[in-house]
Order: sequence, then structure tokens, then C-alpha cells
Amino acid sequence: MPLNTDPNLEAPDSFYEALIETHRDLTEAQSHALNARLVLLLANHIGQLDVLQQALAAARASGR
Amino acid sequence: MALTYDSDGATIQRHSFDYQRCPDQDAVAPVRHPVVVVGAGPVGLSLAIDLAQRGQPVLLLDNDHRLSTGSRAICFAKRALEIWDRLGVGDAMCAKGVEWNVGKVFNGHDLLYRFDLLPEPGHERPAFINLQQYYAEAYLALRAAELPGITIRWQNTVVGCTPQADGVLLDVDTPDGRYQLQADYLVACDGSRSPLRGMLGQESKGRVFQDRFLIADVRMQADFPAERWFWFDPPFHPNQSVLLHRQPDNVWRIDFQLGWDADPEAEKQPERIKPRVDAMMRAAMGRDVPYELEWASVYTFACLRMDRFVHGRVLFAGDAAHGVSPFGARGANSGVQDTDNLAWKLDLVLRGVAPRALLDTYGPEREFAADENLLNSTRATDFITPKSAISRLFRDATLDLARTHPFARRLVNSGRLSVPATLHASPLNTPDRDLFAGAMVPGAPAVDAPLADAEGGGWLLRRLAGNGFAALVFDCDGAAVAAGAEGIVPVNLVQLSASGTAAARYDARPGTVVLLRPDQHVCARWRAPTAADVAAALRRALALH
Repeated sequence: MPLNTDPNLEAPDSFYEALIETHRDLTEAQSHALNARLVLLLANHIGQLDVLQQALAAARASGR
Repeated sequence: MALTYDSDGATIQRHSFDYQRCPDQDAVAPVRHPVVVVGAGPVGLSLAIDLAQRGQPVLLLDNDHRLSTGSRAICFAKRALEIWDRLGVGDAMCAKGVEWNVGKVFNGHDLLYRFDLLPEPGHERPAFINLQQYYAEAYLALRAAELPGITIRWQNTVVGCTPQADGVLLDVDTPDGRYQLQADYLVACDGSRSPLRGMLGQESKGRVFQDRFLIADVRMQADFPAERWFWFDPPFHPNQSVLLHRQPDNVWRIDFQLGWDADPEAEKQPERIKPRVDAMMRAAMGRDVPYELEWASVYTFACLRMDRFVHGRVLFAGDAAHGVSPFGARGANSGVQDTDNLAWKLDLVLRGVAPRALLDTYGPEREFAADENLLNSTRATDFITPKSAISRLFRDATLDLARTHPFARRLVNSGRLSVPATLHASPLNTPDRDLFAGAMVPGAPAVDAPLADAEGGGWLLRRLAGNGFAALVFDCDGAAVAAGAEGIVPVNLVQLSASGTAAARYDARPGTVVLLRPDQHVCARWRAPTAADVAAALRRALALH
């Protein structure tokens, strides 16, 4: 299955606000740990290895 | 004192085998032997026994005159035990060893999860036994001594190896000086530092891990169950891992991760080990427990292998060919599987039943298995000893999630324990023509099953205990097998019910035939084969083209 990179979030601004809010009052180290847990939770939700590999490649390619 | 199957551990570790001068040392020209095996560890001994059971004379050379000391390999897996059953030594191993099937993984104080490596009943052998390596070697040495085809020369150190067109010329050093001998085939089972590998200009390449582990073998009365217990970051040894195994004789094996900066010599000292064990016992048992330190060692490890295991008339097996980290018990177990793969091929080539091409398949088949072991071992090692800040971050995130989320427990990797490779791509396999379900695909090692009284009772793998090809025939007379094998190679017919446990495990129906190689790997299966089908599969499995 191809990785869906088309707009797919049902409420983009609400999601983004929730993401930032989740990190409120955390130290940088705590935030990094939270992000790692978040990646693992979302990866499990997606499940398919080929989709995850596309996401990993896309994330790596989009860095500055 | 003579070594017996009842010898205690201290006697075995003290035992010294006598060096004996042999006529080869006084021969005018180098004496020729069909097979010379170098290294009388678990791998070399298993190979020598297998070849001798097939009627091949074997000369086994060892540079030492003693068996192993300390627990070392310790965990012997189901498949190795089944191979040792065929070699006549599995009962001795299992009678002494501590059986276990269950592993528990802790993070800090908390039990994260438990796993059962043999969740279904109906197997003669457990997933694992724990047994000090010296016991395993002693039983193998005793079995070897029962076979007149095996000659072991202790304190015979190979110092030179010259490949020749039709064999190998060896220079051997002894307490009486040097002599030469010739071998049609030489099998190097001389361990991870394999001097023979160096003499041939070969190397074993891969990743060396920058971490150190302390092994302590401790004798004590403790009431831990016979399970594999693994701690990430336990309170008694913070920021590092600890592994606990029960062994025979009330000896417990504890592996403490120390980190790369630890001083290996200092850490081996009893006064450094004592506080570590004391802290563990207080935390795990809530009290001080008296114990004696039996043996200690500090190790590092690497995941590596030779590019090829076959070099003309020289073949490499065990740690000489490939090395893994200890997490997964894939070292000695895969070495024993190497010998299982090699012995029948070497025997049939020496007899002229099969061409050299059969022997050459040892390389790719066991290199494939080594890659599987290396992959599992490397992944476990990267999880247990993360080597970057981000790797550590994800490792800790996984452990944190695993407390409450079952999915994360599947990511926790304290070692994926040894299972034999299924040789999917082997050229010796006949691809399926008929539809089958289940795990017993061509290339798979035969799974055990209990047999009903009408099937002869006992265990399936025991019925395969012969040294040749076998055909499992389910509710049929096997006439096609007998006719197809005629003039090629003998095949042992094993008549089974199409409604028993074996039939379920092999997805058999009335008429189904499963053809097994002498190392008990499936090489073909059919719903109703003709004699021509069987003949073609046997020729393929023998590399006869």
C-alpha cells in the first residue's frame, strides 16, 4: 500500500495544537522520549512494514 | 580417574586426556586419512560421531588435553538435542540438563512479559536445556569413545595447512615434535579464533560490539524457577542488563552487562563479583544467600562470519565459520546444526554415491542459516546495548510502553532464541507441486510428534534415527517410494496414520508422502507421488544431475 501523503487529517489545526500541547511543561529530554513513544504507538497503528518504510524514507528525505 | 556418564563436574573439568604417540609420527611418508576434523569441542565431536555412525573413519585432532571449564555455551536448544538423539547422546544430555521453556523479561522491578518457547504439548524434547558445556563435551567424548571409527589425538596442534588438488597436507605439532599427515577432507571446528582460518588466509568479518559482560557461575540454594530471566535496568545493577539461568548441580549462571569501560581483569576478581551477586540476591530474594563462586569470565563479542564456509577440500563449521552474540543461544546450537548438514553429504561424497556438488551445498545452506542467526543476534544486541543516544531513546520508549501496551512487548528484544533455519532456497529442495499448508515446507527441519500405538508408539524423530533418507507415508503402502528409490539410495519408510498428530503437523492426508534428507530436513512432499516423482526428488537432493 502506498503511504498516504495527501491531506488526510480530519482537523489539521486541532491536531497540531494537541501535539504541541502534549509537550507543554516537558523538558527537552522528556519531549524527545514522548516523541519516541508516539512514533512507536503510531507505527503499531499503521502496522504494514512497507508503509512504515515509506514513511521512514519520506521523513529522512524531508530533513534540512 | 576414568570419565563416565556419572562423573561429576569437578572430575570432568579436572580430567586430562593422555597424549599418545601414534604410528603416523614415525611413518616415512605422510599417512592419508579420509576425514580429519580439527577441534574436539561440541562441534568437532558431534561431526566425528555423525561420520563414524555412517561408517567413516575419522581422525580428530585437538591442541589441548582437557574439556571446557565453566558454563560457557550453557543453553542447548531443541534442535541440537534432537540431533544429539540421533548421535546417541541426547538422553545423557537431557538426564543431566535443566529443562526450560519459559522466559521472563523484567524492566526495573516490573515483570514486562513472559514467553513460552514451546507452547504446544507433544514434543519429546523441551525448547532448551541448560547444561554446563563441560558436561556436553564429556558426554560427546564418551560417545565418541564408543565408536571404533573415531581416533582422537590430544595435544596434536595443527601448525600448517597446505591445500592440494586432491586433499590437504597438514603439519601437526605434538609433545614429541612435528609430523605430517594428509586428509582427503579437512573440517575446521577450531573455534572463534580458528588458527586454520588464518593459515588459509581467510577471515571472519562483521561487527564487533563495544560492550563487556561478566559471567558468574554461582553455586547456591535458591528457589528461582527453571526459567530464563532477563532484566533491563534492574535496581540491583542500574542502567545495565542482567541474565539469570539455572544449571545442574545448583549452579546459577548470571551474566552482568558491564559497559565498555569496565576493566576485564579487575571485574573477574571475586571481591568485585561478590557485591554484584549480593545486591542481586538481596533484591531478588529479599535476603542474603550463601553461595560459592564456581567460575567467572568477562567477555566481549562480535557478529561475524566467513564469506564462504567451503574452501576446496577444507570446510569450516561452528564458531570458526561464524560468530554471534550470546543473546539467543545461537552459537553452539548453530555449530551442531552445521555438522548435521555436513556429515551426510561428506559421507555420500566419500562413498561415491553423490557428486562433489552435494558437498558444495553445505556452504550456501549453512551460510544462509548463519545470516539468519547473525540477523537475530545483531538485532537483539542493538536492543540490549544501544550504541547511540537515539537508539537508547527508542529502546527506553519501547520498555516504557511495554508496561501497559501489549504491542510494545513484541518489540522488546532480550534475545530471539535459537530455532533451526528453514532452507527455503536450497537447490536440494523439490518445489511443491501440490497444495499444502503449515510449516513443513521443503527445507524445513522435521518437527517431532507423538506416535499412536498403531503407528508404533514413541516419537516421530526417534523413528528417523537412522542415518539415511526417510519417507513419511500417510495411510498408504509407500510402493512409489520404494520403486523410486531403487538403484539411487535407500529410503527408510515410516508408515503413519493420516489422522494422527504427525499428520496434522505435516498437513498430511491419505496418500501424502514427505521425503526427508538424512539431516531430517524436508526435501519434497506430494499428495500422491509416482515412482518417477520420488526418483527425481532423490536425485535432486543428492545433487545428481
